[in-house]
Amino acid sequence: MRTKILWQTVAVLLIATMVLSACGPEKVGNFEIPAVVKGKFNVAMVLIGPHDDGGWSQAHYEGLEYVAQNVEETHVAYIENVPEGADSEQIFRALSRKGFDLILGTSYGYMDPMETVANEFPDIMYIHLTGIKSNGKNFGNLMGAMENMKYLAGMIAGARAKLDGNPKLGYMATFPIPEEIRLGNAIALGMRKTCPECTMDVRWINTWHDPIIEKDAAASLFDAGAQVVFTGADTPAVADVAQEKGKWGVTYDWYGSCRVERCLTAPYWNWGPVYAKIAEAVKAGTYTPGWDYFDADTGALGLYGFMEGQELTTGMKDLPPEVIQEVRDLMAKTLKGEWTRFDVFSGPINDNQGNVVVPEGEKLAQVDLDAFPEFGLGCTYCMKWWAEGITAELPE
Amino acid sequence: MDFIIILQAGVATGTILLFATIGELFAERSGVLNLGVEGMMLIGAMFAFKIAIATGNPWLGVLVAILAAGLISQIHAFITITLQADQVVSGLSLTFLGAGISVVLGEGLSKAGTVSLLPQFSIPLLTKIPLIGPVFFTEQSIMVYIGYLFIPLAWFYINRTRPGMHLRAVGEFPAAADALGINVYRLRYFYVFVGGALAGLAGATISLAISPGWFSELTTAGMGWIAVGLVIFAQWNPIRAAFGAYAFGALRRLILDIQGPTVFIGAIGNFTFLEMRNPFYYNPYWGFFLQMLPYAFTIIVLVIGSREAMRKRLGAPAALGNPYIRGERGL
Repeated sequence: MRTKILWQTVAVLLIATMVLSACGPEKVGNFEIPAVVKGKFNVAMVLIGPHDDGGWSQAHYEGLEYVAQNVEETHVAYIENVPEGADSEQIFRALSRKGFDLILGTSYGYMDPMETVANEFPDIMYIHLTGIKSNGKNFGNLMGAMENMKYLAGMIAGARAKLDGNPKLGYMATFPIPEEIRLGNAIALGMRKTCPECTMDVRWINTWHDPIIEKDAAASLFDAGAQVVFTGADTPAVADVAQEKGKWGVTYDWYGSCRVERCLTAPYWNWGPVYAKIAEAVKAGTYTPGWDYFDADTGALGLYGFMEGQELTTGMKDLPPEVIQEVRDLMAKTLKGEWTRFDVFSGPINDNQGNVVVPEGEKLAQVDLDAFPEFGLGCTYCMKWWAEGITAELPE
Repeated sequence: MDFIIILQAGVATGTILLFATIGELFAERSGVLNLGVEGMMLIGAMFAFKIAIATGNPWLGVLVAILAAGLISQIHAFITITLQADQVVSGLSLTFLGAGISVVLGEGLSKAGTVSLLPQFSIPLLTKIPLIGPVFFTEQSIMVYIGYLFIPLAWFYINRTRPGMHLRAVGEFPAAADALGINVYRLRYFYVFVGGALAGLAGATISLAISPGWFSELTTAGMGWIAVGLVIFAQWNPIRAAFGAYAFGALRRLILDIQGPTVFIGAIGNFTFLEMRNPFYYNPYWGFFLQMLPYAFTIIVLVIGSREAMRKRLGAPAALGNPYIRGERGL
């Protein structure tokens, strides 16, 4: 009898643990909620992964450190490995009760929990990253025009694949949401600019970070014939696999992720300046939350190999000089704010079904970049199409 | 989509599961359930990577990983064997402890840069065998080859050697083993150590061979839990465990490769008997279903495993989960 009960307990506990680990990182219920420092401006950050994941979360964490160093009288704290959905709601509520002044949530799936909690605590400012909602009062949305950097990386990758005589790219995408499709399309548009005959394969991995799946997905794309593989997920696995296979990988998120020879480049985030600006504004009571979508002129976006103090990577050195020059010119324009996300997505753009998505002379609007038609946000062109050259489909 | 490549990748990823599963199998065969596999794997992965970076020698990293994970497993051994506390609770705590220690000591390792990895090579001659050659003997990590040697050795040790017989005796009927002069406590300590050491080896296999690097708690990605389920699926038999480990590895890769082709075509010669649109190409959401399978499978196995009658039929060690208290009636 005892053994039976024991085994049932094992089964229940294991199931619970597995269900939780299947949705996100393990652990629940033993998060330590950090305390505030009285008299200071308190900023809390909730991270989907570990603060030193070598990718997305690390880039945000370093942004938070920047805030601590550059905004006066500020105390910062973070909680890592918080699963998306209902669990995160408790975390946001607990942080709010502690009395933080500004709470940053850095993953798409925190959106609805943050909105709920924001309505309960009207005096606290909640900034959500990469989502599509805002209440206009104390819950706002923040994202940046990574598409410009992905476009430029796509130009580099297209030129690389063409030079290597294998005009095929790969894109390891996380979830079928507008952000991932937008960034994939930006890559494809850039790729077609330098290599009109290039095509791009897609693999969905249904996770933001799983080093082992990411490695498998990269290998899957290379084995299917890709010459350069991009990742939309967090770890630099693409570059490691590229190194192994003698191909090229394009990492993402964090400037430190591009470190092996076969890493072609890395579009990356530099959140510090943006976070500091928001923190200053919230502290002064002048911040209006909404859809805060910044461009590269904020200094918050980068492309490894092209920013100040960086050298061209091994894979860029033998590319046609005119391609490098063109990328440099566009980079200069985008850093000045003269070439923005709307210029990346300006017509004519064709989808991979042979339809014209954006006619000549038209540009996508912000809502088009962010939404599927079924979101009910009133987008005209929306982001539910794959650009010409992408060999993949989207669900109905 | 090439099945040979899928299987080849499956064998590589499956090697992680193989080490962890066989380790847990040894511990369970001695009567000690250790749910801390995930935590011990993290300890192994972290130490392997840290030492390899510090010394430049990946083998030293593997060695330290084995010892460190083996040592931490002794906490579980002490609590469950000497203090006779509940094995489930202790094992779960070990998971958290292992994760915590590895995260603290692994701080900053994600920035540490690249490290020399364990060698990867083909085996001459064997690589030429059709099907088997490309799947098992071409461009695999040395850990994969070590894994092959491990399977028959583990089976032989458990079923055909004297120490193996003692191991089984301790797990099936410790009181009888004790009466025969076998030191039940000492053997259980030893096999919990073996389980930990192999989990450490599995961790080192991740961070220095199969999926190089340290990504904090995400490094193991739930592999330790799948290993615990696989032990039951394998009915405590190393050969079945190997089969399950490689199959799970291959499934992980299949989920990705299946998204490639636009149509599935089945043909023998000129005769086509199947031609259908590939739903995994046209709808990414289908992938969720396949991804769920290893976990759903583990749940089903555990539910079956939790039924006393089924467990007897599956061949679970009779004393599994029970502390041995000398002088009490056996089992």
